[in-house]
Order: sequence, then structure tokens, then C-alpha cells
Amino acid sequence: MAHSHRQTPENVKDTEVMSAVPVLNRTTPVHALGRVVIDSVMSLGELTLFAAQMLRWMLRGLPRRSVVLQSMHEVGVRSIPVVLITGMFIGMVLAVQGYSQFRLMRMETRLGAVINMTLVAELGPVLAATMLAGRVGSAMAAELGTMRVTEQIDALRALGANPVQYLVVPRFLASFLLIPLLTAFADAIGVIGGWMLSTLVLKIDSVYYWHYSSEFVTAWDFLTGLLKSMCFGAAISLIACHRGFNCGSGAEGVGRAATSSFVLSFIAILVSDFFLGMLFNEIYQTIWPGSSSFVSLVRCSGGQV
Amino acid sequence: MTDRLSANPQPLPAPFSEPFVGDDTGRPVISMRDVSRRFGAQQVLRGISLDVRAGETLALIGESGCGKSVMMKLMAGLIRPSSGDVQWDGVSIMNRSDEELVRDRLRFGYLFQGAALFDSMTVHENIAFGLRQNTRMSDGFIREIVHERLRDVGMPPSAASKMPSELSGGMRKRVGLARTLALMPEIILYDEPTTGLDPIMIDVINTLILKTRARRPVTSVVVTHEMSTVRKVADRVIMFYPLNRLQPDESQIVFEGTPEEAFSSDDPRVSQFVYGEAGERMQELAML
Repeated sequence: MAHSHRQTPENVKDTEVMSAVPVLNRTTPVHALGRVVIDSVMSLGELTLFAAQMLRWMLRGLPRRSVVLQSMHEVGVRSIPVVLITGMFIGMVLAVQGYSQFRLMRMETRLGAVINMTLVAELGPVLAATMLAGRVGSAMAAELGTMRVTEQIDALRALGANPVQYLVVPRFLASFLLIPLLTAFADAIGVIGGWMLSTLVLKIDSVYYWHYSSEFVTAWDFLTGLLKSMCFGAAISLIACHRGFNCGSGAEGVGRAATSSFVLSFIAILVSDFFLGMLFNEIYQTIWPGSSSFVSLVRCSGGQV
Repeated sequence: MTDRLSANPQPLPAPFSEPFVGDDTGRPVISMRDVSRRFGAQQVLRGISLDVRAGETLALIGESGCGKSVMMKLMAGLIRPSSGDVQWDGVSIMNRSDEELVRDRLRFGYLFQGAALFDSMTVHENIAFGLRQNTRMSDGFIREIVHERLRDVGMPPSAASKMPSELSGGMRKRVGLARTLALMPEIILYDEPTTGLDPIMIDVINTLILKTRARRPVTSVVVTHEMSTVRKVADRVIMFYPLNRLQPDESQIVFEGTPEEAFSSDDPRVSQFVYGEAGERMQELAML
């Protein structure tokens, strides 16, 4: 999380806090490490304050419906093709990779359970979010960065609009609400892709495929996948907007904002996926102690747990 | 325009509820008190104190990078000073919340250096933006105002449907001015309004600035490098000097007076700038 933002008069921003940090001129490895740590903590703090500011403006009132709908169109409708293609190929790749392993254990008919569970609980949300971090997040960072560089964000403020409320809130809402929906599309098309390849190419019986799928994939798996994607959507939009708002000057600054938006979003997706996975497992074990889909799957195959 | 806004039957927020008719009393409307501003380790402004008086046109001149545009943003409350005080009508804005600043800033019109048109919106949507954001005027009424503002800056109503990318530099500046004027501002801040334009278009913009002031006595601050603009539109001139060329105890404001006084100044820093002479700078470049 290197802090790449450079302070210049053209890149005007209140940074009294930053200016209070002593400038480190020495370049030993220890100093470099210290600088990276300081920059990372400051970036995280800035992002947290940015998120709090966004929430405050969102609670004060939503922007005009046309502005929100425009963001939703950009985030949602225009992302459908890329999400569908991604979902389809994830499902088919899972089928191809899983088949050879399951065949060794004579468990080919249970392939659907593994494909579908992996899709709805893990790979669907993570890969859909990754694709959207690239398509939507980078575009947001570049757009807002360009607006900053060309003083359009200052122009908004001069015309009586709050840039956070006008630019960030609609993008956050669109990402938070529509990325789960896009994930559901990716899940659905992935399930279809996995099923088609398994039954039409790998010649697995369709009845068994769906039987085991319905037995092992629960509404909980689907729900946790969607909840994860909501968090991913929030993280992608906040990181992208924050990067755009803090963009450096010129084309180089805009490029860096777009790139760092994707990199930071990808890291955020993977880290939050890990912690959310642990959290949801804990909740599941609290509600239904001693049970899990994986345990059922192994038991059903005759194995010992 | 004032009559139209008054005649609008819908309730309008300030400043439209009591349309501004002008103020040429000469009282300070913007006051900077010992204002400094730094970006990271780089100090741009140091201990600046100045007043902008109601009804006047003040020109801020100085070399690139001496902090004129930063000063303008400080005046409009778009950025906060690192130290010192900014006052509007004698009242400090330092403790105002973002919400209060958004509301109170409506008395300012700001023409940005590159016009800063919203490139995802048409000319019509750009000019109408402030009205849509801050009033509940009907679309038809807003369309009338947009066309009127376009005519004010010498552009046909048919230009309303164009995108900013389809406009030339001069047209962009004029649309930016039309957008600025749409909100009937009390104070207009022009950030390098003529930079990058051909001589004829420079004169067009200068004339538009004068026409705007002739309609009602708005207060104007113009940041410019064009001495023809200073000569034509300014009542008073303040010249800034880059901090890196000053001693720590020297004032950053090296000249304050009328345009005529600027042109007859015997301060070499002032005369060098107003007459566009490189002077010892060429020797400095040769030493690099």
C-alpha cells in the first residue's frame, strides 16, 4: 500500500497532518521500511476517514436519482457481459480440473456439488469482484482522477455540490448493491457452464449431478457468497474513489491512481475474503454446531471424518 | 435575469430568494489575514494579508508558481490555509463546516483556468448544473436561463447540445463563464481567463468581463499573466513574487496599486513582469 500521492500546488489538498510527518532523507533499508509502514498506516487512516465522510454525506441525503441511475448503469449493466463470460469459464474450468481428481476416487457424480459449492461460496464472488475491480474500479479511479486533475471536482464544490455526495455516494451505492447481483449472475452462469461441460462433454449423469448439488450446496453458502460480494463492492468503490480523489498531477497521476486502485482492491478482496470466510464459519458453527457441507460430502462418499 | 429569478413562483434557496443586485460600497468582502499555505514540505504562500473590496476588479499578477491560483482557492474556501485567517464580510470562515461552506460559497462564481467543464455533460447540463443543484426551478425555466447565459457570452443556443470535447478553447472558456454567471454570483473569481487564447479571443473574454460588471456591480478577482487584461479590466493590481526569490523577512506582495502605477513602477521586479523582460533570468538559465 505504497502511498504514491505527491503534493503539488496543482494537486491541492488539506494535508496539515501529512506535513507534520518529518521528512526522511536517509535511505537505509530500515528507513525505507519505516517509510513504507508509515505510508501504509496513513493510507489506511485516510481511507477510513474517507469512508466515514462518505457515510456521513450518504445519511444526509442521496444525490439525484438520475445520478445514481447513471452510476448503476455504468457499474451494473455494462459489467454484465464480462461477468457472464468470467462466470461461464470458471464453472467449466472447475469441471475440467475437478473431474480427473474425482474420477480417481470414483466420485465423478459428486462433481456438481464441488463445482457449485466452490462457485457460490468462494470463486464466484472473488473472481467476479476481481473482474469488477479491474473494469469498474479502475475506471472510477481514472475518471475521478481526471476530474481532479482538470479541476472538475473543485468546480463541483464551487457550484454548490459536495463532491463526496455527488461523486462517491452514487458509485458506492451502485457497487454495494449491484456487485452482489452481478455475482449472482456469475454464479448462475458458472453453474450452467459447469453442468453443461460435466454432462455433455464429461458424460456425468445429469440426475446425479443435480442430486448431489442440491444436497450439499445450501442457501447459507449462496448467502455468504452474496454477503462477501457486498463487502467487496463497498471496498472496490471506496478504494477507487479514494485513489481518484487523491490522484497525483497529470496523466501519470491518473494512470497511477487507476493501477493502485486495482492492486489495492485485489488485496482488499483477498484479505477480506479470508476474514469473512472465518467469520461466516464461526457463525455457521455457532448456529449449527458440528455440521458443514464438506463433512456431509465426505460422509456421503463413505469416508471417515 | 434578476426579474426572472424574482418572478419564479417556486421557493428558492439563497442566494436566489433575495437576488443580488450588486454592491459597490468598497467594503472588504474578502479579507486574508497573515495567510500561509504549504503543500507537504513546499511553502507556496507566506504571511499574505489583503482585502478584496466590494465592486472592484482586482487583478492578481505574478510569475507562474508564485501562488496566485492557490490564493484564489483560499479566497473561495476551496482549500484552507495552513495558518492565518480568511474572512468573508469580516467573518472568519475557518470554523465553518463543509456544509456551511458549500452553502455560503454560492455567492462566489469561479471560472477555472481550463474552464473545468464537466466532460460527461453537454454544454446545457454544464450551465444548468448549479441551478439544478441548488434550486427547484423547472426544466423549462432552466433552459431559458441557459440560453440567456449563452447569448450573454456570445454563443448561439444551438451550442447547448454540444459536448465540451467539441468546443474550441475560447468556446470552453465562454461556456465556463456562462456556467459561472448562471448562479448570479456576487463575487466572480477568474483564474487565468485568457491563458492559451488567441489575441481576438482574449479581447472577447476581457470585454465579457467588463460587460458582466456593467450589468451589475459584481466584485471580481482576476488571476492573469496578460497585461492587456490587467490594463482593460482591473481597478487595482496586486503582484506576488515567488518565495524562492525572496529573503525570509521580505513580503510576498511586491506591488499594490492601479494598473497605471504598475506600468510606471520603478521596482525592477514589477517592471520586468509587466513589460515581459527576461533580464537576469537568461543569465540564470545559462548558469544551469
